[in-house]
Amino acid sequence: MNRYSALFERLDRERRGALVPFAILGYPTPERSLEWIEALLPHADALELGLPFSDPIADGPVIQTASHEALTAGARLNSGLAIVGQLRTRHPELPIGLLVYANLVYQPGLDHFYRRIQAAGADSVLVPDVPSEEAQPFVDAARRCGLASILIAPPNAPEATLARIAKLGSGYTYVVSRSGVTGTEKQAGRPQATLFEKLSALGAPPGLVGFGISSPGDVQAALAQGARGVIVGSSLIEQSRDPERLQSHLHALALATRRQPEGIHARASQR
Amino acid sequence: MTPTISPATPAPAPGRFGRWGGRYVPEILVPALDELDQAFQRARTDPAFQAELKDLLTNFAGRPTPLTRCRNFLAGSGLEIYLKREDLLHGGAHKTNQVLAQMLLARRMGKTRVIAETGAGQHGVAVALAGALFRIPVQIYMGSADCARQAPNVFRMKLFGAQVTPVTAGSATLKDAMNEALRDWAASYGNTHYLVGTVAGPHPFPTLVGEFQRIIGDEARAQFLEQTGGALPDQVVACIGGGSNALGIFRAFLADREVALVGVEAGGEGLASGRHGATISRGQAGILHGAETRILTDPEGQILESHSVSAGLDYPGVGPEHVYLHETGRVRYESATDDEALAAFRRLARDEGIIPALESAHALAYCETLARSQPKPARLLVNLSGRGDKDLAHVQSLIERVS
Repeated sequence: MNRYSALFERLDRERRGALVPFAILGYPTPERSLEWIEALLPHADALELGLPFSDPIADGPVIQTASHEALTAGARLNSGLAIVGQLRTRHPELPIGLLVYANLVYQPGLDHFYRRIQAAGADSVLVPDVPSEEAQPFVDAARRCGLASILIAPPNAPEATLARIAKLGSGYTYVVSRSGVTGTEKQAGRPQATLFEKLSALGAPPGLVGFGISSPGDVQAALAQGARGVIVGSSLIEQSRDPERLQSHLHALALATRRQPEGIHARASQR
Repeated sequence: MTPTISPATPAPAPGRFGRWGGRYVPEILVPALDELDQAFQRARTDPAFQAELKDLLTNFAGRPTPLTRCRNFLAGSGLEIYLKREDLLHGGAHKTNQVLAQMLLARRMGKTRVIAETGAGQHGVAVALAGALFRIPVQIYMGSADCARQAPNVFRMKLFGAQVTPVTAGSATLKDAMNEALRDWAASYGNTHYLVGTVAGPHPFPTLVGEFQRIIGDEARAQFLEQTGGALPDQVVACIGGGSNALGIFRAFLADREVALVGVEAGGEGLASGRHGATISRGQAGILHGAETRILTDPEGQILESHSVSAGLDYPGVGPEHVYLHETGRVRYESATDDEALAAFRRLARDEGIIPALESAHALAYCETLARSQPKPARLLVNLSGRGDKDLAHVQSLIERVS
């Protein structure tokens, strides 16, 4: 069983949603990046890691700045994959996804690039500037290299697009609950329950909600609508300078992933 | 190795020129592109749309623009130079042609706000003036480096009531302005039209912008035939940034196999220097701003910063149709350096009483280079895509620095 299936099975038993931190590989510097990512892990059920890119059009100011800082500090593909490799060794069961802009995949060549990230220990790949209608060659290459393909389902996607996302996607479905780019300036929308119902009816992989998730309330709302977990990025980077606040923020988000607060007994059994 | 991701289909998919083009954007923007494509397809065959556009182009923008035969520029070289005077179009450059068309489309789609990116500011000025005319609020994203070197255009846009937002990210030039406009659109597509200014970007922009710029070539071809008593030019020459003025004039001559078509890219400080904007001559296949095209990129895929003395050519990508026309050999792509463009800028002013935009000066510089090679007598049609008023302060500072 792959790591995502194992995770969702376990979370169902524990009556929890997944908390998936997002981090930029090489942020704040290639040397300190592993330490930063490890700080996110005590409450993490999986990880989504972005390779920094010069022109991240799907990202808001926080992740843009983090990418820029990483690149300026010398982050490159090799240093990023070295971090993935270390994480894989230390956390053999943790699902690790990579988020990579299209030109970073295209330049080395799809198969070559995907083989390298798979060998480093990644489970999945998400290309945010490749919509489902252009995704087939990317999905095929990922499959050949043993990687799951994560596709983004936005709130405005017509039925035919959702069907294509369901067909091409594997691992999980990245559900976006509002318009816009990543960041906390704009709150997560309340995802329509119907979107999850449609995706589920179409046989899509489990949905995780991302973009604008920054509070326990956002997490609970997402789970209530049918999400199987949340992805949190910008709000973590915003608290990167204050380790204590970061930990309490992560703890609060993790508590909110419980489907029904059932008192001390349930809480203890989840540990 | 050049990676291929599109299957080599004999009949290109919609939005593809050969294997080039496509729609590499976040999924959330795909419905907005579909909506635009549908509005465009309906407008193409709608007499009411065509009539309103024609009225605007004639009675507001000043079409047709003249075709001027140079009296002195390169006289005695054997080259006869004809200038298609898009510099005389309202707004000061060819940009207004397709902006008016997209504004009509925006109104038809019920959009109440328009955003745009701009490099030299010419596209921004065209969108701003059209926004004033159509009473539609306009927000222009412009790299902060470009705001500095094209200050008069920033003021012009503000006079028209547009909001100009400087973009400080990355190289603070055109590509960064386009990134920011795409981010805005991902949040605002419900009420906002993103009015892309060139034949780059995701489908349908390359097709749509090229079609509404084709009027340049259609007019120029008829005027040339008339002025020469039935001859076609030996060469048609145009500068290439994203490539809209070039495609606009080339498209009318594609079927005339005897007419050579020449695109002139920004050679910057020289192709060997690595500081240039020559994406076709020196770029790689890649994906940028929604299209599979040629771009300036490092081997890992990070986008490289382009360089050109002219803000309008300072872009590390190019419209996908140009890459296709390069591949088929129908268009030849050359480059002119900053210094060559500056020399041509001054020479046209001295010789003809016309100040060209620094962008257009690259096309003139190609003619000067050709003239030096003792060519056979030939008639050249040059797209003078814009006027140089916006460049005066910038060029003055460059001239004073070297003298």
